[in-house]
Amino acid sequence: MKRLLTMFAVVGLLAGCSSTPTKEQEGAKVEDRQPSVATQTTPSTPPPRTDAGTSGVQPPSTLGGDPLKDPSNILSRRSVFFDYDSNAVKEEFKPLVTAHANYISKSAQQRMTIQGNTDERGSREYNLALGQRRADAVKQMMTLLGAPSAQIETVSFGEEKPRAQGNTEQAYAENRRADIVYQGE
Amino acid sequence: MNTYACYRSLLQRLFGFVIFAAAALTAAPPGHAALTIDIVGAGANQIPIAIAPFRSEEGIPQPLTPVIGADLTRSGLFKTVDTGGIVPMPSEPEQVNYAQWKTRGAEALVIGSATPLGDGRFDVRFRLMDVTKGTQLAGFQYTVAAAQLRLTAHKIADAIYEKLTGDKGVFATRITYVVKRGARYELQVADADGFGPQTVLGSNEPIISPSWSPDGTRIAYVSFERRKPVVYVQSLTTGRRTAVANFSGSNSAPAWSPDGRRLAVVLSKDGGSQMFVISAEGGGQAQRLSTSAGIDTEPNWSPDGQWILFTSDRGGSPQIYRMPSSGGQAQRMTFEGTYNVSPRHSPDGKSFTFVQRSGTRFSVAVQDFASRQVQVLTDGAVDESPSYAPNGRMILYASETRGRGILAAVSSDGRVKQRFTETGGDVREPAWGPLTNR
Repeated sequence: MKRLLTMFAVVGLLAGCSSTPTKEQEGAKVEDRQPSVATQTTPSTPPPRTDAGTSGVQPPSTLGGDPLKDPSNILSRRSVFFDYDSNAVKEEFKPLVTAHANYISKSAQQRMTIQGNTDERGSREYNLALGQRRADAVKQMMTLLGAPSAQIETVSFGEEKPRAQGNTEQAYAENRRADIVYQGE
Repeated sequence: MNTYACYRSLLQRLFGFVIFAAAALTAAPPGHAALTIDIVGAGANQIPIAIAPFRSEEGIPQPLTPVIGADLTRSGLFKTVDTGGIVPMPSEPEQVNYAQWKTRGAEALVIGSATPLGDGRFDVRFRLMDVTKGTQLAGFQYTVAAAQLRLTAHKIADAIYEKLTGDKGVFATRITYVVKRGARYELQVADADGFGPQTVLGSNEPIISPSWSPDGTRIAYVSFERRKPVVYVQSLTTGRRTAVANFSGSNSAPAWSPDGRRLAVVLSKDGGSQMFVISAEGGGQAQRLSTSAGIDTEPNWSPDGQWILFTSDRGGSPQIYRMPSSGGQAQRMTFEGTYNVSPRHSPDGKSFTFVQRSGTRFSVAVQDFASRQVQVLTDGAVDESPSYAPNGRMILYASETRGRGILAAVSSDGRVKQRFTETGGDVREPAWGPLTNR
């Protein structure tokens, strides 16, 4: 066992040897809100390769009057942040959740998706389930406030679509989040 | 190979470890080696084997013996004996001077030939000789196209490995993994030594949790292209893909039943994240497998189909549980620590590998079902997604070097460690494919 540990220590040392690292050329990308696009399947042989590109076109921005896009309206705020390993909706986000619950209650045609997210630590699949739990917690609060359950779908992105890159506590906190997205956005 | 030279000199200077050059790295045409491998450590009893360059292999598109040598040394169970200066190099049993090889310390000798047939195909022959007894242990003949030469070398290495260790060789198997380049995700399949990577799915949205069908012809995975996790099954022969779980909410964590007909998946459609069984063809009802108030995820079928291992936080922290695949009572399997996830059965069903968090570190560990003894195999900061080679001797997993995802493998006894380094991408979510007749 001791030898084993020594061996791993060596592997650690070797990290200093690596050739030029390629750093991800990706900034803090904000979640894209493109509408979903039909999947293009282009099977070919060989090699069988399929493309799941989502090169959707951004919908034209609505002219004034849409409360969901008015920066002075609370409905333009869409993110609920969570503490580490927690799915409790904090007091400070209750006005936001309440506003969206009221909005969807009054718009029978409207459909909402709540997307849960986590930080990058740990198992991807377990994090997917944790993100789901956060989305579910926001939905539960909305339905308790009278929002119709059938109009709200909860999904999870787990750790797969971080808004903030990096492994700082600040980035982690930014990524422990549920986002409210309306149909067509 | 500056990186490799640096590793070697560092190692030799510090600890005098023997590490092996993967000779194949220089033998292959450039551009084919998307993943290269560094090996650290060695098995307890390495078999000294001499691999005589095959007669007339030098002029052919893919010489075989460098690949065979690299395969065997990578396992950590062999050390190759120098063949330099032997004239003439034997290719038939009657040409072998056993005393000469015995002097060099070889216990086994590989001889053979690779002859162009003039129609684009090659006649490949090899024999494995017992140097001590002067007898033949194995011998095969193959007629193959140029594109099959590398695979043929892997098959020869498999035959040698099996004859000398008693275990099945896995050099001719394949692996799958996801590479992220910028904002682009690619699901790839490559040979077990990282060569010949092919992209089977490209996407601008994440792809996770690829899982091989038991016959190696299909891969199930989770794609986010519909702005939510959906489980797909894709054929590797036709490229055809089917969304097999696209229910309301999230769909994830596909795991094949041993007969290849069903998938265990995790769905949130009925609230929470719970396990269901669906048809691998898609369609039909999802049959609920687990019922808990917590998260149940990462199902994995036992090789005999009787059990499902999974991760659940029903006891407060994520731990590994086991339940009958027909449903019923779950039993907690892990007790050390507060975070044990991602279980995968060993091919013999006697143990499982998983990820254990200790402090802030995530390591690959193995637990024996009978003794419940846990052995931690790695000490990477963020080791994830372990999966067994189909002979149970190695475990492939995702690791990280300076913020970049890489693949690594460790022998199931912890003695041999390999790192696959990919040029220009972030590699994650590996899964080792099954033994197949390729």
